[in-house]
Amino acid sequence: MSDRLPGFSTLAVHAGAQPDPTTGARATPIYQTTSFVFNDADHAASLFGLQAFGNIYTRIGNPTNAVLEERVAALEGGTAALAVASGHAAQVVVLQQLLQPGDEFIAARKLYGGSINQFTHAFKSFGWNVVWADPDDIASFERAVTPRTKAIFIESIANPAGSITDIEAISTVARKAGVPLIVDNTLASPYLIRPIDHGADIVVHSLTKFLGGHGNSLGGIIVDAGTFDWSTGGKYPMLSEPRPEYHGIRLQETFGNFAFAIACRVLGLRDLGPALSPFNAFMILTGIETLPLRMQKHCDNAKAVAEFLAGHPAVASVSYAGLASDKYNQLARKYAPKGAGAVFTFSLKGGYDAGVSLVSKLQLFSHLANVGDTRSLVIHPASTTHSQLDDAAKIKSGAGPDVVRLSIGIEDKEDLIADLEQALGA
Amino acid sequence: MNHDAYPDNYIRGILNSVKSIAMVGASPVNVRPSYFAFKYLAQRGYDMIPVNPGHVGKDLLGKPFVASLRDIGRPVDMIDIFRNSSHIMPVVEEALALDPLPKVIWMQLGARDDAAAEKAEAAGIKVVMNRCPKIEYGRLSSEISWMGVNSRTLSSKRPPAPTQGMRLSLNRMSVGGGDTAASDRAAKNKTEQS
Repeated sequence: MSDRLPGFSTLAVHAGAQPDPTTGARATPIYQTTSFVFNDADHAASLFGLQAFGNIYTRIGNPTNAVLEERVAALEGGTAALAVASGHAAQVVVLQQLLQPGDEFIAARKLYGGSINQFTHAFKSFGWNVVWADPDDIASFERAVTPRTKAIFIESIANPAGSITDIEAISTVARKAGVPLIVDNTLASPYLIRPIDHGADIVVHSLTKFLGGHGNSLGGIIVDAGTFDWSTGGKYPMLSEPRPEYHGIRLQETFGNFAFAIACRVLGLRDLGPALSPFNAFMILTGIETLPLRMQKHCDNAKAVAEFLAGHPAVASVSYAGLASDKYNQLARKYAPKGAGAVFTFSLKGGYDAGVSLVSKLQLFSHLANVGDTRSLVIHPASTTHSQLDDAAKIKSGAGPDVVRLSIGIEDKEDLIADLEQALGA
Repeated sequence: MNHDAYPDNYIRGILNSVKSIAMVGASPVNVRPSYFAFKYLAQRGYDMIPVNPGHVGKDLLGKPFVASLRDIGRPVDMIDIFRNSSHIMPVVEEALALDPLPKVIWMQLGARDDAAAEKAEAAGIKVVMNRCPKIEYGRLSSEISWMGVNSRTLSSKRPPAPTQGMRLSLNRMSVGGGDTAASDRAAKNKTEQS
């Protein structure tokens, strides 16, 4: 048994979890506690000094959250992970370890609208400067590199149009620039794409979406691939230099190939504070157990719905990388052979008004601002998730005024198609 | 032995069989990695011997420092070397002069000397390079999972309740889930750079 490599579904059920040593409970208990009793004064000092593995306070770590962390690390093929309160919190904590005020990071222009806002406005006040590049033009990433560049950030499957990013090509740019590649893998989930296998150094997720999968709990996670050497040139002092927060410990030297995850925990989460509730961790863990089953159904349904829409007379165009005619189909075949995800956009010949009418007539699709739920969802990005962008930026990010975004659930596909048919037809 | 990626059973076999460990380069400074590892391994029940000529006359957690391996004066199972790669060979040569020979020579995270490893292996000694015994012990016992680290082990068995200083179970099924392309790539990058 010891040499067998378990499959993805086995890891989705088992990784990180074991029966509770005290009670024998088989499901992972919800350790709904703020703090943990020390064995004695020396044990307390050892934990605070990072000398021992263990629990102190739920803002720094919690046993329920730890199961979630190990499970996602295993599914992504990383060395370690850190769960936080949301996908947005994951992005703040990651970049806090990498950037000093005045530094830059390069980000793909096609991103979740909330990330575009966070990078453009909130991070500006920290002195972290985003430089945009076009994921369809790899050379634009190379051109954006400067001596102050500290990281490159992309989405594997990009919101809102479900376009596929050439992770390997961009990882080559990152390696040449000597900076880590961060991949937001939210829309793919590790079931469809494992970015670390394609050169990512750090993977982030909004656990709120397909990993949790039921639209009931917020969460975010950071996965350390263990691939990046932080010690070169003093470029990443949070990892390579003695940390005054911990009496001079150097994290990379002490923790090796999971030092980045430790830095996120002990310098990021500890001091910024966006801890994940253990209850949410429990809900998300339960969701992950069925990730392979759900994700395949999401993808199969999405393909059927995209094919239906592509053949409908009221539809001007469909952007779904799973369609053979789509511009991203080649990349989808390479990176996501099991399916091109379940979030995509289409545009209506009737423009903005037709989009508004469609949303109001749908009976089964819910009109709301989330993706990756068991339920099918619909939204008009131009007036919601991407509303803060100007018109040119909306079009560049794939959220023009005539565009409708769908997140396809795990209902029966015939019912989803019938609902769209009645809403488009009348 | 392929020193880029060790089978878990190799590491597990070493940690389950050795009882005494001489740590060359052990530091009394409590933020140094060697201090962390020394303390952790002592708490897990290993008979730890600190070796550092700069601290003779002092002790580390109650264990007196010795200046060199030959000053230990009794057989040791494992030599754990906390020195840079360039300082490994003389320590290995000193270890090879011991009678009886140690069973294992372990080089710490970041330390690797293939020529020294070859010499030790020719004498029948098991070698581990660029690993930390504390991290490996924590990983194989799943204790390190408390830090969100991928232990790459699975178990459906009820584990013993952890108490301070007890030997945690190292007998979990290894799965290699995380130690795949990524760590191989990291090792390869390092080799290409050097």
